Order: sequence, then C-alpha cells, then structure tokens
Amino acid sequence: MTPVTSAPARIILICSGKGGVGKTTLTANLGIALAKLGERTTVLDADFGLRNLDLLLGLENRIVYTAQDVLSETCRLEQALVKHKQQPNLSLLPAGNPRMLEWLTPEDMQKIVKLIATQADYVLIDCPAGVEQGFKNAALASQEAIVITTPEISAVRDADRVIGLLNTMNVTPVQLVLNRVRPKMVANQEMLAVDAVTDILALPLLGLVVEDEQVIVATNRGEPLTLNGSSTAAGKAYHNIARRLRGEDVPLVDPSKERRGIRARLMNKLRQAGLF
Amino acid sequence: MALLDFIQRLVGLQKPSATTAKERLQLVLAHDRSDLNPELLEQMRREILEVVQKYVEIDLDSGDVSLATEDRVTALVANLPIRRAKLRPPSPPPANPVEPPSPAAPLDPAQDMPTEAPTDEPAAEGTEPAETAETAAVAPSPAVAPPEDQQTPEEPPTSPTLSSVSAES
Repeated sequence: MTPVTSAPARIILICSGKGGVGKTTLTANLGIALAKLGERTTVLDADFGLRNLDLLLGLENRIVYTAQDVLSETCRLEQALVKHKQQPNLSLLPAGNPRMLEWLTPEDMQKIVKLIATQADYVLIDCPAGVEQGFKNAALASQEAIVITTPEISAVRDADRVIGLLNTMNVTPVQLVLNRVRPKMVANQEMLAVDAVTDILALPLLGLVVEDEQVIVATNRGEPLTLNGSSTAAGKAYHNIARRLRGEDVPLVDPSKERRGIRARLMNKLRQAGLF
Repeated sequence: MALLDFIQRLVGLQKPSATTAKERLQLVLAHDRSDLNPELLEQMRREILEVVQKYVEIDLDSGDVSLATEDRVTALVANLPIRRAKLRPPSPPPANPVEPPSPAAPLDPAQDMPTEAPTDEPAAEGTEPAETAETAAVAPSPAVAPPEDQQTPEEPPTSPTLSSVSAES
C-alpha cells in the first residue's frame, strides 16, 4: 500500500452532468479519506469560473498559483500545489482563477494532469457541471471516472448522458456513487430505489451516501467529514468509497432496506398481500 | 408522505411516486439514448404500420411502436395485435415463381412470441396448430375473425402479434 514512485497514478474524473448533486463534496471527502489511507492524492479543480473545492477543503486563502501558472512556467508544480495542513498527503491545484476567460485547452489539461501524476498515487479531477468544453477537457485527461447522482429523475437523466459520453471517450471503468439517499422515502416508495437507479444506469455501485445535514456543517467550516474521525453516516460512506476504490472489499448496505418505520412495514405487508 | 397520499395509495388510486419516476425516466432515457427525435419516431411508426397493414389487418388502437431500454441497450419494440391475415397478398412478389407467395410466411408464429401473446389452448380443439384460435383471442372484437380452417384454407397461420426488435447501443 505504501506508494511506490514507479506505480502509475490513478487519474479519476468525478462528474455528474447536473450541478449541485455533490461532485465537489465527494472530491473533497474522497481526497481526504485517500490521504488518510496513506495515498498521495492531488485534487484538481477543473472548473475555474466557479471553483469551490478550495472552500470545501478550507484552502481558499492559501491559493497563490494555478495550473495556468505552471503551464506558462511562472512557477513550478510544487509551488502551485496547496498542501493540506492536517493531511499533508493531500494537495489541491486549481485549474485557473475566476478572471480567466477561456478553458484550458485539452492538450494543456492533459499536460498538467500528467505532470501531477508523476508525484501522486491518486489524481481526482473535480469536473465542472454540464457536458460542454469544461467536461470534455477534464474527461480527455482522465483514465477512469466516478459518476455521482442523486435519486432524482433530472440528476439520473444527466448522469446517463455523461455516462454515454464517457463511453465514447475511452474512460473506463466508470463507477456510480448515489448521493443524498433518504432511506425513509425510499422505503415508502416516494424516492427512486437504489437498485432502480443502478439498473437504469447499468453501472457498478461504488458507494451510497445518505442525506446528512452534517455535510452542510462541514462545508461551513471547510473541514470535510472525513477529516476528523467522523462518525456521521455520510462521513462513513465517503470512507467506504475510498476503501472500495483501492480494491478493498467493503460490503454495501442499502439503508432503505435496513431501517423501517411502522408505515413502511405496513405498506410492505400490503404489497406482499397483493393489494398494490 | 401526506396522509391523503397514503390513503389514496391504500385504496389503489395512486401509484407510488417512485414508480412514476422510474417509468418516466426509462421512457425519456430510451429517447435520449437512441437520439431519435419524436418526429422521426412517429414517421417510422407510420411507415412500419403501413408495411404491416399490407399483409395483415392489425388493430391500430391497441398497437404500439415504441422505444424501450434495458441495460443501456435501446430497442425498438412493435407490438401489433393482428385481427386476421389478408386473403390476398397486396402484390405478388416476383421472387419465387414456383410456390404461391405466402405473405405471412416470414412471420414464424411458433417462435419469438412476444410476452403479450396469449396461448389459448382449449380453443384450438384438435386442429393442428393453436394459432388459429390466437388470432381471435387477441383481437378486441373477436367477431371479425372467422374460423380460419374453412375460410382461408391455403392461408398459413398468422401470429397474433408482431414484435420486431432492433438494438443499438
């Protein structure tokens, strides 16, 4: 498990199509969790106009350079990488600053990712929302991908579109993280079930994250849930995702099938009796 | 879930919204994935129906040509209940001059039955294939289907529904 310099880094795109489903939160938490497991991890914020990864990691005041400056040789990569103080295995690199007017070219993106990969075990690319140039640049520089979605039809539809595009771009494997699941609603059949989403998208499920208010608290503080030996539901889920990503066998538990209210149990009984 | 919703579901007035969501999603994804716009699909549907109607009388109201999707594969599914076969072929295809052209012959009734095809065994009573009864069984107005063994003696048996499936990624 100890990083060997010769082992090639895994370059993983974290994308969703739709905005606001939890890409950046996953990137931040997964980055910290992997760093804690001893992996040298660099998170790259591929969005420049609407970058937020720095905020979630609490690194917003420490950014001096961006990928652009590395490419133009204004600075070296080591100067541009912002190391996390508590988890020095983790560093952040923003693709650009909000004053930039244009996306990096695909070639530049590939160049910078290759450069980062020489000194990391994991490179996580936080993809911009949408399926346009920003997404394409990020995808072209990636080897594999994690698609994150929520159990809402709009998010699942957009995820499907992204998966179709990734398939044409030789990004493989593509795995799924289902975010913001509300077990009670799923049990009451008021929310798409986990297997309904995995069936429709036909992707292996890498992780399941339940809706958790603590995510908001963590964002407020700039301290991802995985940072402080978190006992929250979402924090555990992110840790499990990191371990599965490394190939550990961590069983997935569908929370909607574990926890049942009286009403859900009654509905299930009735369903079994053939009333529905 | 509001109490009213709960009661409505209890008495079977309303489907769970998760089921609705899944159905809507499957439909929209079938269209998204195939890149067929609804207009093209409608045109294709009409043309398929025209071709089929040359050979068999189909029930247009309960017929359906649509896209379905499973495991990231989109399929074009046509489900066309047949009232009865046409007595005369529309125009004799010149391909095979020896045998009389049998219009419904390409549709092998025994295989590839769509799931909707009912197997009405008792009505077959002794006459060799069960297909003769099926035509009547599937048609919403059975009166239009005459007893085939007398009226159309040389007619090959027809399958009650046609299901054509073409897949693309």
